[in-house]
Order: sequence, then C-alpha cells, then structure tokens
Amino acid sequence: MSDNLDAYLILSGLLFAIGSFGFLARRNAISMLMSIELMLNAVNLSIVAFGAFIPDLGAQGAVIALMVMAVAAGEVTVGLAIVIAIYRNKRTPLVDEYDAMRR
Amino acid sequence: MSPESLAPLLLILPLAGFALTALIGRRLGKNAHWIPVLGILAVWVIAMTLVFNVLTGVAPLLAGSEETHGYAIVLFNWIPAGDFVVDVGILIDPLTAALLIVVTTIGLLVHVYSIGYMSHDPGYWRFFAYLNLFMFSMLLLVLSDSWLVTFVAWELVGLSSYLLIGFWYRKRSAMLAAKKAFIVNRVGDVGFALGIMAIFINTGAAGEATLNIRESIEVLLHQGDANPVPLFAVALLIFAGAMGKSAQFPLHVWLPDAMEGPTPVSALIHAATMVNAGVYLVARANPLFASAPDAMIIVAAIGIFTAILAASIAMTQTDIKRVLAYSTLSQLGYMFAALGVGAFTAAIFHLMTHGFFKGLLFLGSGSVIHAVHDEQDMRKMGGLSKKIPITYVTMLIGSIAIAGIPPLAGFFSKDEILGEAFKFGFYWVWGIGLFVALLTAFYMFRLMGMTFWGTFRGPREVWDKIHESPLVMTVPLILLAIPSVLLGMALGLPLGDSTLKHWLESTFHEAEEILALPHEPYALLGIDGGLILASVTVAGLGLMLAWRLFGVEIGGIRLGARPERVRELSARVPFLYRASLNKWWFDELNDLLFIRIGGRIADALFWFDRNVIDGTVNGVGRVTVEAGRGLRHVQTGRVQNYALGIALGLIAMAGSYLFLAGR
Repeated sequence: MSDNLDAYLILSGLLFAIGSFGFLARRNAISMLMSIELMLNAVNLSIVAFGAFIPDLGAQGAVIALMVMAVAAGEVTVGLAIVIAIYRNKRTPLVDEYDAMRR
Repeated sequence: MSPESLAPLLLILPLAGFALTALIGRRLGKNAHWIPVLGILAVWVIAMTLVFNVLTGVAPLLAGSEETHGYAIVLFNWIPAGDFVVDVGILIDPLTAALLIVVTTIGLLVHVYSIGYMSHDPGYWRFFAYLNLFMFSMLLLVLSDSWLVTFVAWELVGLSSYLLIGFWYRKRSAMLAAKKAFIVNRVGDVGFALGIMAIFINTGAAGEATLNIRESIEVLLHQGDANPVPLFAVALLIFAGAMGKSAQFPLHVWLPDAMEGPTPVSALIHAATMVNAGVYLVARANPLFASAPDAMIIVAAIGIFTAILAASIAMTQTDIKRVLAYSTLSQLGYMFAALGVGAFTAAIFHLMTHGFFKGLLFLGSGSVIHAVHDEQDMRKMGGLSKKIPITYVTMLIGSIAIAGIPPLAGFFSKDEILGEAFKFGFYWVWGIGLFVALLTAFYMFRLMGMTFWGTFRGPREVWDKIHESPLVMTVPLILLAIPSVLLGMALGLPLGDSTLKHWLESTFHEAEEILALPHEPYALLGIDGGLILASVTVAGLGLMLAWRLFGVEIGGIRLGARPERVRELSARVPFLYRASLNKWWFDELNDLLFIRIGGRIADALFWFDRNVIDGTVNGVGRVTVEAGRGLRHVQTGRVQNYALGIALGLIAMAGSYLFLAGR
C-alpha cells in the first residue's frame, strides 16, 4: 500500500491505456471484450483510490465501484452472448469480418 | 308582369343564344342565325321598354337619390364575406339607358347584316355564337352595378373581341391581330385591376368596404384627402383601363389591326360598342374624376392628342377599313377630350351619334368590300356610286354626319364638345379639336371620292360583276342612316338645353357641381353661334379640299380627281406624308421597345434565372449529393474504426475541458 494517490492514478492510467490499445488494435472479439474489462477495472481502481484518499467521499467511492462491477458483469454477459451468436453464423471471431450492418 | 322582372332577360337571352348556338349550331348549318338574331330582337324590345321607362320617369326613383329614375335589381349574392358582400346586380339609370340604346340597336342591326355578309362562310354558326357571347358581355358591362362584375365583363368583351378578330384563324395576319388586341388590352386592364384594388383599399380604410360603383364613389368622395390611395391615382388607374379598351394613345395600336376581323365585327365591336366602354367607364365614375382635376387634364390631353394623331394617319391610308378605324380612334379621342374638360353629356352624346354613323360607315364599307370581291384597297375602287346606289347613299349620309355638317347627327355632338371645351376655358382642346374637324371632313370625303366617284381602277371583270348587296345587308344600312340623320336633332335640340342633357342631368349633376363649371345662358347670336360657325366653316373647308383633290359627283357638283396635285402636295411635306403613311412609326417603336429591347432584357433575365436562380437551387442539391458521397467512406463497418472515433472524440472532449478549465 502506497501512501501516494498519484501512484494509484498512474497505474490506473497505464491499465486504461493498455485496455484501449488492446480494444483498438486486436481483431479478435474476445480479446476486445477483455480489453473493455481492463479499461473498466482501470477506472474502478482510480475510483476506489479516490474514495480511500479523499475523506469527504466516505463510502461513496466504494459504492460506485460496486455499481461499475455490476454493470460490467451485465455488459460482458450480453457482449459475450452477441459474440457467440455471431460466431455461430460467421464461423470467425474476427470483428472486421462482421460487416452485415454495412450491406 | 313588371318591366323590372324582364331585365335579367337582357343577360340571359344572349348567353342562352351563345350556349345553344355553340352546342347545336353546326347541325343548324345555314339556319344557325335564327336563335341568336331572334334572341337579340327580344333583347332589343325589352331594352327599349326599360329605356323608355327610365328616361320618361316611369321607373321608380333609385335608392339614395331624389331625382334619378331607374331600376336597381340584385340578381344574386356572388361573394358574401362577412360584412363585405359583392352582389351581381343590374343598374339601369339614364347613363346605362343611353348606352343600351346604342348597344342593342346596333347589335340587332349587325346581327341581321351578318346573315347576308357571312352567308358563304363555313364558320357561319360559330360567328353567330361569338356575336351573342359579345352581346352578353357588353350588356353585362353596361348593366353591372359593381366594379368587380364590370371587370369580369370587361375581360369578357376582350375575349369575344379576340375571338372575333381572329375569326378567320387560318389567316396569319388575323391571328396576329387578335393576339395584339388581346395583349395591348391586358396592359390597360392591369391599370383597371389596380384601380379596383385601390378603391377596395380606400373604402376598406373608411370601414365600409364595398365594390358597388355608386356606393364606393360616394365613400371615396366623402373621405377626400383621408384616402390611403389618393383620388388622383385611382382616377388615373381607372383611366388606364379605359385607354386600353378605347384604344387611346399609347395603347391605340391594336384597333387598326383589329380590322382583320369580319366587317360586321368591326362595325359592332370596334366602332360602336366595345371601344366605347372606356368612355362609359370614365363617365360612370364622373364624380371621382371631377374630384381629381389633374387627372381630368391628363384625360383631355390624351384624348385630344389621340384625336389629332389618328386623324393625321387616316389622311393617307389606302385600306378603306383602316381609314375608318383611324377615324374611330380620332372620334374616341374627341369623347375623352370632352370627358376631360368636364363636358360629360357631350361625350355621351358623341358616343351615341358616333355609334350610329360609324356603325353605318363600317357596314357600308363591308357592303363595298363584298361588292368588289373582298378588295379593301381604295386605289382599286372608284365610281362605285353607279353600281351600288343604296350603299353609296347611306355611306354618303354617314360621311356627312361624321364630317359635322348640319343638321346631321355628328354636327350636334361634335359642336357640343368643341363649344363646351371653349366655354370651360380649354382653348387648346378647342383649337386642336377644330383642326381635327377639318381633317375629319377631309379624310371622309377622300374615302368617298376614292371609293364612289370617278372611274373604276380595278380589273374589268370585277367591274362587270359588281352588284348591290342583298336586302338583309342594305336594310340595316338604311335603318342606321335614319338615326345618323335624325339623332342629333332628336337629342341635341333645343341647343344649350337639349333633351339628352335633361336625361343625363341627374347622373352628371354631382360632377358638374364639384367642377363648378360656368353656366351661362345659351347665346345663339353670341359666343355659341360663333363657335358653331367656326366648326361648320372648318368642316366645310376640309370637305371642299377633299373634293378638289379627290373629286365629287353629288347632283350638280362635279369635280374630277386630281391625283397629280395630290402627289405634288404630298411631295411638298415629305416628312409629314411619310409619317402619316407609316402611322407615325408606332408599330416600329413598339417593335423596338418591346420586341428588341424588351426581348434583350427578357433574355438577360432568362440567363439570370437559368444560371443564378436555378444554379443556386441545383447547387444546393449538388453540394448535398457530393458531401454525402464523400462522407460515405466514413462508414467502413469496422468496429475498430468506430472505436477509434469514439476514443479520439473522448480525448478531444477531455482535452478541451482540461484546456478550458486550466485557463
């Protein structure tokens, strides 16, 4: 445990950058979902850090983090379901082949 | 049955005649004239009954006036809009009665004449259908009591005039003349329509919006200077309409060309009735004009200018009908001059007498043209008096009447116009009018000399076949010759206190009061006698001049034509001669102004419309299409591209927030 908020925020920023790079650079739908999770958790980390370091926030930081986890769980469920559904049709996990909406 | 209930028949009969003839006329063939002619005969009888009642005071007094007898009948509500209502109504007051005499009498005689004149024409039934349509329109015009209905009738007479001028529509010149008449008339009609709108605005501003002629003029006069549109402008706009229909300078160019139509049409529409509509309109609106003295002076100036312009052209024309057409223009100019100086009664007097003798002259010229096998050039006529005596005698009466020789009709009415112009202080109108009287006598006897006296100049085989027209044509001529002789004496005597003055007194009373015209007792041995002497001398002079140059053979007076002297005289004033022969180049001027210059402007506007207006509209469309085509590439369908967009957007938003918050 460091005593410095900056350390947490830097870690959080790094994680978010990795996540967004992964989302933009990877073509695999599963990897992209994982990247999204990474970004969500990076954000969660910074929220929890704020909650711990700023006394005025009290328990609110933790509550928001819990909310984000719940939403992330729901999102990834739906996202995974869609990916599987498309995979069954297309037989490929690569998103640049998913061009049905463009036609 | 009261006479009043017959009045609607004046409109219904000709309209029904038109409808029936148009529908079944083709099957009737050579019997197609029965329905229209009998219809107009009935109209004539009814009109004469009503006219008699109105003029002798048998008819009830009109509402809102103590002295005007007449009939006012509302036929139906045409436009009910809250407080503002336009009725289709009939008003027969003494002024309308005077017009009814001319319109129905000449209308009837022309119908009868046409039976003979048009008998060989394949469009026989069509001609009678159009004639009845015209009669309906003209009667509606003089009977109507509201501006709006008058305007509708105004356009209807324009339409029937168009149809009849272009009756021989396979002839290119007739078609063009019809179009010209229609278009030139439209120019005047724009003014008339604007005038009616101005009246509506003015009465509306007074809180009593109405288009009834008598009521609206009353409101306008009552408001005086409080009118939003000044009375001067209203009067001029109405006069613009009158200028178109009555062919006054500069809208006179259509009337001579209108002679392309069959001759009965020229007699009925373009001499005796429709062209008088403008005079009637100004006379009808007399208090309005009296309240705008400047407008009156413009009316007088345009009238007298048209009179001398047309008379100067008539002197050298060689087409018999064109001489008469320019003569009509000139006489209409007289009428407007009379209206302009405030001699309303004199104008209506001349309208009536002119209607009869000019109708007679036109029908006579038709008979001449018929006799010499559709030849209209007077240079190929001559000596016809021996072959067609009835036509000759009646036309001679008409010529003497129009020349202003007493005691025929034209003398009384023309003298009254000139006399009143002089007495009301319009010396310039009087002076020019006097000169025009000289020209009138000259060109009429030039026509007579070239047509009826001397020797025939056409081909020999035509001369042998010349014969007098059938009875259906000569009887109307004789019947028109009678009023040409007697009408002046019947209406114009006693001098200075004439019958017609009594008839129309109540109509023009108000205007004369506004104008405050001098009312001196009539002095036959004083100024009035002098004026009569002057105009008769001048007319005699013109007549003599024509006799010397173009010959004469009346009883003992015999002179030969002297064409060499005519040539010599015309060579002495080459410019005037050419100007007269070329109608003062008005057609060329119009061609330059409206066809060439106007055409250029239209071309420029067309270019502007094509390139700028259409260009803008098409440009907007093209830009949208191109923009869409360009932006389509953004929609790649790849998730990563969209995500990149989202990320960049987020960075931009967050960055700008930091940037702005940091300041």
